[in-house]
Amino acid sequence: MSTPGRIPPPPPPRPPSIQSPTPARPPQGSPPPVAAPPPPPELPPRTKELRDKLLQGIPGAKLDYARPKRIKVTVPPASAKESALFLRDSLGFDHLTLVGGTDYPATKEMEVVYFVGSPLKPELADFVVLFSERVPRDSPAADSLCEVWPGAEYHERETFEMLGIDFKGHPDLRRLLLPEDWDDIPPLRKDYTSPGR
Amino acid sequence: MTTTTEAEYSPDSDKIMSVSLGPQHPGAGHFRIRLWLDGDYCVRVDPDPGYVHRGEEKMCEYRNYMQNVPHLERPVILDSSGILFPYSIAVDELMGNKVPPRGEYLRVIMAELNRIISHMYFLGILGVFVGHTTMITWCMGDRDIFIDLAARIGGARVTFAYIIPGGVRNDMPEGLEVQAMETLDWFEKRMDEYEKIFFMNPLWKERSESVGVLSKADAIRWGATGTVLRASGVKHDIRRAEPYSVYPEFDFQIPSLDAGDSWARSYIALLEMRESVKILRQAFKNIPAGPVRLKLGPKPRVPAGETYTRTEAAHGEESYFVVSDGNPNPYRVRIGTGSFKSLILIRNLLRGIHIADIPVVYWGLNFWPVHNDK
Repeated sequence: MSTPGRIPPPPPPRPPSIQSPTPARPPQGSPPPVAAPPPPPELPPRTKELRDKLLQGIPGAKLDYARPKRIKVTVPPASAKESALFLRDSLGFDHLTLVGGTDYPATKEMEVVYFVGSPLKPELADFVVLFSERVPRDSPAADSLCEVWPGAEYHERETFEMLGIDFKGHPDLRRLLLPEDWDDIPPLRKDYTSPGR
Repeated sequence: MTTTTEAEYSPDSDKIMSVSLGPQHPGAGHFRIRLWLDGDYCVRVDPDPGYVHRGEEKMCEYRNYMQNVPHLERPVILDSSGILFPYSIAVDELMGNKVPPRGEYLRVIMAELNRIISHMYFLGILGVFVGHTTMITWCMGDRDIFIDLAARIGGARVTFAYIIPGGVRNDMPEGLEVQAMETLDWFEKRMDEYEKIFFMNPLWKERSESVGVLSKADAIRWGATGTVLRASGVKHDIRRAEPYSVYPEFDFQIPSLDAGDSWARSYIALLEMRESVKILRQAFKNIPAGPVRLKLGPKPRVPAGETYTRTEAAHGEESYFVVSDGNPNPYRVRIGTGSFKSLILIRNLLRGIHIADIPVVYWGLNFWPVHNDK
């Protein structure tokens, strides 16, 4: 009590308690404000032009979405080959880089998507057209588009073995990646469950 | 000499012998090619992949968007950032994320470092399988210097899991620019030596020129991408054609060659590394300060929707088609790897060549079997 010099200084002000965090810091772990993929209100003119050409040139085409650099159309499977030829020859989409498939048990459908671009045309080099067909899930079959885009051959083989979609007219429809003794349903169907899951 | 063409080929002919190249053959790399030979000409070729198939696409459906990061890079540990880049962009697009500028710069830095690491491996393997042993010793040694640099950023030597949805995993250490610039200065001079010892070497030129020629029209028809496409005279690189991340801010060229043969496919890798060095210099110089990622948490909530993204990786165009139904796990992830896009070329370019030219063409395609099988 007699040593005034040793009196400890008052404690520093306490940091803000957990009840009042600093407002600048976003809360950990919580999702950011959900922004649905925005359909941009105004598309670039060339996208509009391409979208209109696609819808006019392909009978029965349904536009799924048009984004500045992506257009997705669903075409009737019966006339897929003619539609693909139109896309390749009239619009110049001649470079196929991927074929994908998705199983939709809820709507009893399977979707096959061809992703085509056009690297030789500078004005279309950033575009990808998603050319999709929906086939019934109980007997999935579609016309092979290998004649239109020869690069589709191995992609279609992979889709065939992973989803069981039969590509009519494919030059060589065999298994590709799965083991020879695979005797289950195609593994990327939604009703297939991996062992141990 | 008359040789059998594929049209005349008959499996019962006494002239034809069928041979399996791989999957145990060290020069095939977990990959089997069935060859039908007339003398030493390949008359029919049937690539048989699948020995390292892991079902990455199905695995994606059992894990959430963040948990998918480490296993997605396993198919191509040479270019592990290249394969994660389009995936992260896809998730960012679905969520509407705006990645902080420093995060975008670090993504580009890592992607370009990985491009050099992967191209060095490609050239080393190509060199050793044509008997140029200097190439593998130099390439593996020099590649390690870039691995050390990348390890200082990513923390691991090959599988960094660095590019993640929302940005990158962590910031780079302070003062790394100095080490990076020294490395780049040295590597620029070193590439001139590579040019002398390998690319302009008359022996390699003789082995590879006019071998496995892929014309521009065929490259487009068969859906070739990456180095193969640009070696066939198509100036198409996603970094310029459909700019993503901060690539528009950099000054670099897209090299392309018209020959379309194995020599062009190897030389284009060197030209691309020169451009990568340019990008890296600008990136290390101009990298802005700030946060490197958004805090998305361990279970990001991704709204329903679908997107298709593609980037230019070392092995070609890397693309993802991601479908989300609003659940924590993706509904469908379709992976389009650069190597799978070259699979059809193996069949078409190996047909009609000598057995001795198989490594020149096969390894010249920058094809990685594990990447192909996913």
